Amino acid sequence: MRKQKQLLFLIMLGLMAVFVMACSAADNAANADEPADDAENSEEDSGEDASNSEEESDTIKVGVLHSLSGTMAISETSVQQAELLAIKEINENGGVLGKQLEPVVEDGASDWPTFAEKAKKLLQQDEVATIFGGWTSASRKAMLPVVEENNGLLFYPVQYEGMEDSPNIFYTGAAPNQQIVPAVNWLLENRGDSFFLLGSDYVFPRTANAAIRAQLDAEGAELVGEEYTPLGHTDYNTVIAKIKSENPDVIFNTLNGDSNVAFFKQLNDAGITSEDITVLSVSVAEEEIKGIGADVIEGHLTSWNYYQTTDTPENEEFVANYKAEYGEDSVTADPIEAGYFGVYLWAKAVEEAGTTDVDAVKEAAKGITFDAPNGTVKIDGDNQHVYKTVRIGEVQSDGMISELWHSDEAIKPDPYLEEYDWAKELSDSLAE
Amino acid sequence: MVFIIKEVKGSRIYVLLPFLMRKGLFGLNEIIITLFNGLSLGSILLVIALGLAITFGLMNVINMAHGELIMVGAYITYVIQNIFMDYAPAAYFDLYFIISIPIAMLVAAGIGMLLEVSLIRHLYKRPLDSLLATWGVGLVLQQLARSIFGAPNVGVKSPSFLSGGLSVGSITLPYSRLFILALSIICLISIFYYFYRTASGRRVRAVMQNRQMAECLGVSTRKVDMLTFAIGSGFAGVAGCALTLLGAIGPTIGTSYIIDAFMVVVVGGVGALFGAVAGALGIGIFNTIFEFFTNATIGKVLIFLLIIAFLQWRPSGLVTSRSRSLD
Repeated sequence: MRKQKQLLFLIMLGLMAVFVMACSAADNAANADEPADDAENSEEDSGEDASNSEEESDTIKVGVLHSLSGTMAISETSVQQAELLAIKEINENGGVLGKQLEPVVEDGASDWPTFAEKAKKLLQQDEVATIFGGWTSASRKAMLPVVEENNGLLFYPVQYEGMEDSPNIFYTGAAPNQQIVPAVNWLLENRGDSFFLLGSDYVFPRTANAAIRAQLDAEGAELVGEEYTPLGHTDYNTVIAKIKSENPDVIFNTLNGDSNVAFFKQLNDAGITSEDITVLSVSVAEEEIKGIGADVIEGHLTSWNYYQTTDTPENEEFVANYKAEYGEDSVTADPIEAGYFGVYLWAKAVEEAGTTDVDAVKEAAKGITFDAPNGTVKIDGDNQHVYKTVRIGEVQSDGMISELWHSDEAIKPDPYLEEYDWAKELSDSLAE
Repeated sequence: MVFIIKEVKGSRIYVLLPFLMRKGLFGLNEIIITLFNGLSLGSILLVIALGLAITFGLMNVINMAHGELIMVGAYITYVIQNIFMDYAPAAYFDLYFIISIPIAMLVAAGIGMLLEVSLIRHLYKRPLDSLLATWGVGLVLQQLARSIFGAPNVGVKSPSFLSGGLSVGSITLPYSRLFILALSIICLISIFYYFYRTASGRRVRAVMQNRQMAECLGVSTRKVDMLTFAIGSGFAGVAGCALTLLGAIGPTIGTSYIIDAFMVVVVGGVGALFGAVAGALGIGIFNTIFEFFTNATIGKVLIFLLIIAFLQWRPSGLVTSRSRSLD
C-alpha cells in the first residue's frame, strides 16, 4: 500500500513535470544547444569590442529575433529568412551609410519571456541599431517595455489587433482597419450576415473579436457564436458540432499556429466545404497552407495586404530572389513580405538621417516611402504604422491565393479605429 | 451536476441526457453527435495511451519519451507518403497509409527496443532517474526531428478513402474518426489476444506479476522486458500514424499528447489494461460534454478537476489490479 502511494506520488510528479515540459519543451530544446551559441557570441563580442574600441567599426549590427523553435517556428522561420535576404541584398548594393549590415540572430523559442530577455541582450550587449522581430502579439507586448526602456527600435512585421502605438516600434504589418474591418465589410456585402467567431485564446483574437462584435452590432449583422481554444488545441470536433448547430454564413477565423491544421482538416472531414460555410482567416497565408494541405482549405478566404500572386514588378523580382535563396518549393506570404520591406524602410530612414541614432531615424522615417512587393508603402508619421492596400483572396488548389478584391488605394493605418463611431467605447476602454 | 461526478464509467450518462433534453439544452442530434465525438475522442486517447499502458502500466517505467515515439510514427507516415508520391503510380497513392501503420509500428518498436537495451534496463529500480533520462531522450528525439525535417510542420494528405464522412440523417460522421475508432478496437483486441491467448504473452504477465517466481520457472525476464517495452513503443508508433489524420505534424507533436496519455493510464488504474479503456472513454466523453456546454479551455479545467476529485476517491484508479509488483 505504501509503495502504491509512492508510485502515485511519482505519477503526479511526472505529470507536473510534463506540464512544465509541454510549456517549455521547445524552449529547453533550444536552450540545450545554446551554451555553444553563447560561447560563440561572446567570442564574437569580445572580437567586436576590440574592433569597436578602434572608434568606428565598418559594420552596423542589426538584431533579428524570431521563434526558430517551438509552436510558432512554422510561421516565424520564413519571416526571419526574408529579413536576412533583405539584409543580404542591401549589403550587396553597398550597405547602409557605406557600412555593411551585420545580422545578429536570436531565437525567441515561441516563449514570450524569452523574447524580452533576448531583446534586452540584443540592445544592451550587442548594441544593435534596430531589431526586426516578433510574430505573436504576446511576443510584441513582451518586447515593448524593453525597447522603450532602452530607447531601441523594433520593426514588427505581422498584422495585429491594433490599440497600440509605441514610439519605439514600427508596425509594418496591417492595423485592424487594413485587414479585419475591410474583411468584415466585404463578407457582409458578399457572403451573408451571420457570423461565427473562432480564435485562439490570447490577446490578438480576443481584442480583434471585440472590435468585430462592435462592428457587426453597428451594421445590424448577427453574431451566432464565439469560441476560443487554447494555443495548440487539436480536437475541433466539439467546436465543429457547435458551428453546425448554429449554421452561420461565415466563420471569422483568428486561430494561430498549429491549430489551423487540425481545424481545417476536421472541418473538411465533417463534410463542411467552402460552399456551405465560408471561413475567412487572418492568420493563414501561403506558408501555413503548405502545412494544412491545399486540398482541405481550397475555396476558403483570407485577408492580407500581399499574396505571392500579387501582380507588381517588385513582387516578381522578390519572389524570384526568395526562391533562388531558399529553394523552388518555398513560398512568400504577407508577413514575409512585411519583414522584407521593413528592413528596407529602416535602411532608407537611416540613409535619410545619416546616422543610426534612434531618435534621428524615427524623425527621418516619417513619411518615407518604398516600392514594396505589395505596392508603394509609406510610414505614417503619427503612429509609425504603414499605409497598405487591403486584399481579399481565395485559396486555390495549388496552395496559392488568388485575389478577389482589393482596396482602391493604400489605406491610412488607424490602430485605434478612431475613424469608426462603433469603435469609440472599445478604443476608450482598451487604451486605458 | 453532482451526481455525474460519481458516475465515472460513462455508463449512466443516459440518465443525465434526458434531464438535459427536458430542459431544452440538448436536441437529439446534438446528443448523438456529442456521444460520437466523445467516443471518438476516447478512441484517440486510447490509441495514444495503449502503448503507455504497457510500458508504464505493466512495467512501471515512467517513459517521458512516449510522446516522441508517437512523433516518430507520425514522421514515418510522412516519409512513406513522400515515397509513394514520388515513386508509386497515382492510383496506389492511398495505400501509403495502410502500409505506413505496420512500418511505423516496427520502427517505433525498434527505437523502443534500442532505448530499453541501452538505457532503461539500467533504471528499472530507479523510477525517478528513468523519468529524467527518458525526458532527455525525448528532447534528443525532438531535436533530431527538427534537424532532419525542419522546424515547420509538415503536411500529410489524408488518403481519399478517409476524407469525407458517413451521413446519417442530418449528421455526418467523419470517416477518419470512424477509422481511428476501428483502429483502437483492433489494437485493443490484438493486445488482449497477445497477453491472454499466447504463450509469450502469458510469460510477460507472469514476469510482471511475480518476477522471481517466473525466473525460477525458467522465463528469461531480460528478454521479456525488452519485448514488452518494444511492444509498448510500437503502439506509440501506430498512434502517431493515426494522429496524422487529425492535425499538424511537427517535432513537438508528442508533448501535446503525452499529458493526456498519462492521464488515461492513471485514471484507468496502473497495471490494468482494461482500466485504460474505461479511462480513455470516460475522459473522452466527459471532456466533450464539458466542452459542449462551456468552451475548450474551461472544459479542460473541468476534466482535470473531475480527475483530481476522482483520484481522491479511488487513488489507484478505476480498475485496481492486485499484483505483487504493485504492493
